[in-house]
Amino acid sequence: MSHVELDPRFASPFPQAVLPVLRNPQLRKNVAHAIDVIQTKRGRLVTEKTDWQELRNSAAAIRSHVLENLGAYLEEFEYRCTAAGGQVHWAADADEARQLILELLRQEKASEVIKIKTMTSAEIQLNPFLQAAGLDVFETDLAEIILQLGDLEPSHIVVPALHVNRSQVREIFARRMGLKDLSDDPKELTNAARHYLRQKFLTIPTAISGANFLIAETGSVAVVESEGNGRMCLTLPRTLITLAGIEKVLPRFQDLEVMLQLLARSATGERMNPYTSLWTGVTAGDGPQRFHVVLLDNGRTSILSKPKQRQTLKCIRCAACMNACPVYRQTGGHAYGSVYPGPIGAILTPQLMQMHYAQSLPFASSLCGACYEACPVKINIPEVLLELRSQVVNQERKQTGRFLDPLYLGLRVANLLFAWALLFHAAQWAGRLGLRLFTRKDGWIHWLPSVGGKWTQTRDLRGLPAQSFHQWWAARAKETK
Amino acid sequence: MRASLFITCYNDTLYPETGRAVVRLLEKLGVELDFLPRQTCCGQMHANTGFRAEAYSQAKRFVRLYRDAESVVIPSSSCVAMIRDQYPGLFQELGNEALRQELAVLLPRVFELSEFLIDRLGVEDVGAYFPHRVVYHASCHGVRALHLGDRPYRLLAKVRGLELATLPNVDRCCGFGGTFSVKNAEVSSAMLAVKLQDIVSTGAEYCTALDNSCLMHLGGAMHRQYAGMKTLHLAQILASTEEAQAEAAQ
Repeated sequence: MSHVELDPRFASPFPQAVLPVLRNPQLRKNVAHAIDVIQTKRGRLVTEKTDWQELRNSAAAIRSHVLENLGAYLEEFEYRCTAAGGQVHWAADADEARQLILELLRQEKASEVIKIKTMTSAEIQLNPFLQAAGLDVFETDLAEIILQLGDLEPSHIVVPALHVNRSQVREIFARRMGLKDLSDDPKELTNAARHYLRQKFLTIPTAISGANFLIAETGSVAVVESEGNGRMCLTLPRTLITLAGIEKVLPRFQDLEVMLQLLARSATGERMNPYTSLWTGVTAGDGPQRFHVVLLDNGRTSILSKPKQRQTLKCIRCAACMNACPVYRQTGGHAYGSVYPGPIGAILTPQLMQMHYAQSLPFASSLCGACYEACPVKINIPEVLLELRSQVVNQERKQTGRFLDPLYLGLRVANLLFAWALLFHAAQWAGRLGLRLFTRKDGWIHWLPSVGGKWTQTRDLRGLPAQSFHQWWAARAKETK
Repeated sequence: MRASLFITCYNDTLYPETGRAVVRLLEKLGVELDFLPRQTCCGQMHANTGFRAEAYSQAKRFVRLYRDAESVVIPSSSCVAMIRDQYPGLFQELGNEALRQELAVLLPRVFELSEFLIDRLGVEDVGAYFPHRVVYHASCHGVRALHLGDRPYRLLAKVRGLELATLPNVDRCCGFGGTFSVKNAEVSSAMLAVKLQDIVSTGAEYCTALDNSCLMHLGGAMHRQYAGMKTLHLAQILASTEEAQAEAAQ
């Protein structure tokens, strides 16, 4: 597999990054198959829920309310969590969060750490940082184990190894666990992973987790998962460090009622996820005895400050948008050059990067609207995509290279033409004349230069008709007079 | 009843036959049509590519041109979606409150063709005859922005001789997406291939839609691949009569 870059600062622009994927039929088959399975299950479970739209409305209202009052709810969470024996730390950016976590691990004299359900840690590139500091880091979510042992990158936010099929998993496990006779029977593969994991769970006393929700009212943390490996990771260690984006907070415990009904159905097409872990601070004699929460900003308050873009932070990371996205179905996640792929990644990544990187992502969409329709918290992703596109164009207006790009030049000229019908009609005439050079006897254009070539590489274009509609109308009006 | 036809820039240039069909169809139904010669473009291409200032000037132009129209009929679902979904935001963003209010008054009178037929004229049977197997491509903007629902199917069901094929994954995008089709040509083409497979699997002779931009994409690939299927805007099917079919057969 070719090198995959998920750091937006170094990743290729989307149109280039998709090329190796589009030339990899096995990968595309794996992605489309996995997506179709999830979508079929989701479709059934959404239809059976007669109050689906009301649930979406409630969830959207809860999440919007949180974002309008984020500071207050975070302080309430900090107060409650601290009162229950937890310690809350605030990290302004990735670097601060990494240093904080390393410092906490050093206090524990940890040389090894187990991890569960924390995409946010991938956002801040925690693993390579801890490894460079001399720690051994072990992922414990099944998909994450596959990726870590196979030295692969995640391509989805809920099923991060969806681009890897069973026989590829067998190969990775056989090679890395030294199990020559391993078959690709799912039961055998699960057993192999279980054996590998039990040793980690029983011997490593320090864990890092993510959070699906933080509850302000009670100071609790919620993690949802399918395997139970999270439950082990959250209960067995002596010390637990939870890393969470500041947007993850919910006002009340009761709000979970709405969120959990939507989350599992949207994410994996299940009525309820198998394991929902909820804990509040520290309980003597039960579970981790030292508990830290690291609250991460890393660009989030900047998103919060922009009213049109704020809705991006409503996201509960269910991946319904990428499962519904016809672009993602073709490309999988790697081409997005970020740990957050798909439609939500296309709006979140450039914003987290303060629009300095990943500027090609807002354009990686046909604006079909399937993501908005699927989103359980009603993020109008197309609206944010358009807003970001306009910001990117405003950046590019200042670049001479961009100014001369044929597509951009064409759009500027078109704008002039559309201001005056006479100019527009003259351009139609010129276009008809110019395109006649490329029109074959059958009346179709099979090849065009420049931007047009991007069209004709897979599609023909019908030659321009001799008479435009407005000419026909004018001629008819003259006749009937 | 009077209505003003906004043909759209690409229909005017590339698909005049769709415009002629709309005229034939609506005049047959007793609508007094007019056509403002100063019309050009709704601004969708600019807005969707991030050229918001440019889109704003197109939008302003549209509202000023059509503010006095009794109704505006537009045979393109994505252009109607542009006007309905993006104009209010554009005017608000640029602080043009007067235009925003003018638009609010105009919007209820702006119709996509199938909306105009069913909601405004109250007609489902337009007296069309089209003895062919047809598949309907429900463009993304028609499904998710305009919520056209069963309107196109109700119109098609009343066309005599027409056999309607069922399209699998009917709400999936064809991959056009305006400038997306050239900015991300490879992904667009991959999406197109999947869509075309579904469409061709129906064994239809014609693929129809309420948006010629999707049809330009699909038709371009059909022609490249000798798919043996043609594309036709729904207006052309609805304007088709027994006499016209007989003429065409000669």
